[in-house]
Amino acid sequence: MSVRGEAASGAALVPRADFPLLAGDPDLVYLDSAATSQKPMVVLDAIREYYTTSNANPHRGAYRLSGAATEAYHSSRERVARFLGVADADTLIFTRGTTESLNLLATAWGRANVKAGDRIVVTRMEHHANFVPWQQLALSVGAEFKIAELAADGSLDMAQLAKLVTSNTKVVAFAHVSNALGTVNDVKGIVAIAKKVGALAVCDGAQAVPHLSVGIDALGVDAYAFSGHKMLGPMGIGGVVVRRELLEAMPPYQMGGDMISRVGDDRTTWNVLPHKFEAGTPNVEGAVGLAAAVAYLEGVGMAAVHKHETALGVLAAEKLAAIEGVRVLPSGAARSNGVVSFVVDGVHPHDLSQILDAEEICVRAGHHCAQPLMRSLDLAATTRASFYLYNSVADVERLVAAVGGARKRMGY
Amino acid sequence: MSAELDELYQSIILDQNRRPQNFHKMEDASGHADGLNPMCGDQVTVWVKVEGDKLVDVSFVGQGCSISKASASLMTAAVKGKTKAEAEQLYEDFHALVTGKSDGAHLGRLKAFGGVSRFPLRVKCASLAWHAMKAALESGEGTVSTEPHAP
Repeated sequence: MSVRGEAASGAALVPRADFPLLAGDPDLVYLDSAATSQKPMVVLDAIREYYTTSNANPHRGAYRLSGAATEAYHSSRERVARFLGVADADTLIFTRGTTESLNLLATAWGRANVKAGDRIVVTRMEHHANFVPWQQLALSVGAEFKIAELAADGSLDMAQLAKLVTSNTKVVAFAHVSNALGTVNDVKGIVAIAKKVGALAVCDGAQAVPHLSVGIDALGVDAYAFSGHKMLGPMGIGGVVVRRELLEAMPPYQMGGDMISRVGDDRTTWNVLPHKFEAGTPNVEGAVGLAAAVAYLEGVGMAAVHKHETALGVLAAEKLAAIEGVRVLPSGAARSNGVVSFVVDGVHPHDLSQILDAEEICVRAGHHCAQPLMRSLDLAATTRASFYLYNSVADVERLVAAVGGARKRMGY
Repeated sequence: MSAELDELYQSIILDQNRRPQNFHKMEDASGHADGLNPMCGDQVTVWVKVEGDKLVDVSFVGQGCSISKASASLMTAAVKGKTKAEAEQLYEDFHALVTGKSDGAHLGRLKAFGGVSRFPLRVKCASLAWHAMKAALESGEGTVSTEPHAP
């Protein structure tokens, strides 16, 4: 890695040259990191290195190369667990990402533990990945499904949540950070509400892990899910950290190779953690790439990442709100990350993103996989700009200038 | 890129977006259908009133981008008074235009949507109301989606 710039100067926090896609297109303004981040060369190099020196099926062969693949996979888990603040690395289950992690919980834990008459509570700001699996679980077992609403400032209404979490509540599922608004939730406060009735506290950390020093053990959650591709890692890898007692007690999610201990003609016993929840050949390439990503992030420092992108998010929100016809959606009591969602009077987000695309500015337009939230805001869609460590003040300025010309472009 | 954008957002499209025609519900319709684009959340409802073989009235409501709204608006004007067969032929011709398979020389004002063919992601926007109109004519009611396997 090369020398790092200072956020205060308005420059990106890391050299653009670290990211081959960005380096290859100097004019590109990539503002969709909440959807997926760009990848630094060190991640691509780690994947290449794995395939060129250590590739074999892990946990299987007795030959040296299989041992190298096993070691690469194992050490990646330890590296990622350390980054996440998880002491017991075997409670980190690798999955395809947050979506699979949450489906694992709703299916394996949910079907074994949620019965008719029980209650599941989610929040209005959930991504579909932390909404639909729980809604469908409730429907299939005859449980109640309740949604905690938001206050006018886009923060979670904690008083209403506390009322919804009744003694029959088995799960409280919530986002650490909202992907559509950027709201940061009080995780410990929500965990305290869930613990009062003995409910499982499930946190969707997809928008938190890439941007904050999370420290999962210290949060007190029962389960915490995240995606690797939003934090500089490759697509197709992510994970879920679950309390050991829960993982040991719940049935497996998928069955097959690697996850068994002994397969008899009539019955099968399960392998130890984490293997019990990782059926089939694992994504070693993904784990190795993710380990390289967290090493890169730690090299920069998560406090610096958070400070940098928050500064860009606050600046963008302020400058966008000053444009006639632009409304920036609230993001809780105080904006504290790089997610900025906004609407432009008379200009549909789809048209806006097309206009921005013509100036090589990538933003997300749509419902952000959060239709229940969009309905409550009475919006079909918003435009979202999301900043990360490779963005700069110049990127904010390009965005603001392009949005400023959009209404005129659309004939207003 | 900007020239392509000018071709996409022609003034007739911007005008129709701001002041769409036949933008209302229809109480005495003989059929209606919803069009959904689950990728962006856009939705449109199209009503048709058929007498004999003739499409005597068409209207729509919904929310969507300028391309989908302007397309719905100009579609209602284009198919009103046509026979069912003529309306379905227009559907085919319009689809050929926005996918770049024809220059739409005979399509009159609809020709403005020729710029869409340069933006493959926007073909769904331009086609949404047309799919709904066709479904309303064929089955009397229903929901069509831009995603064949969407719920």
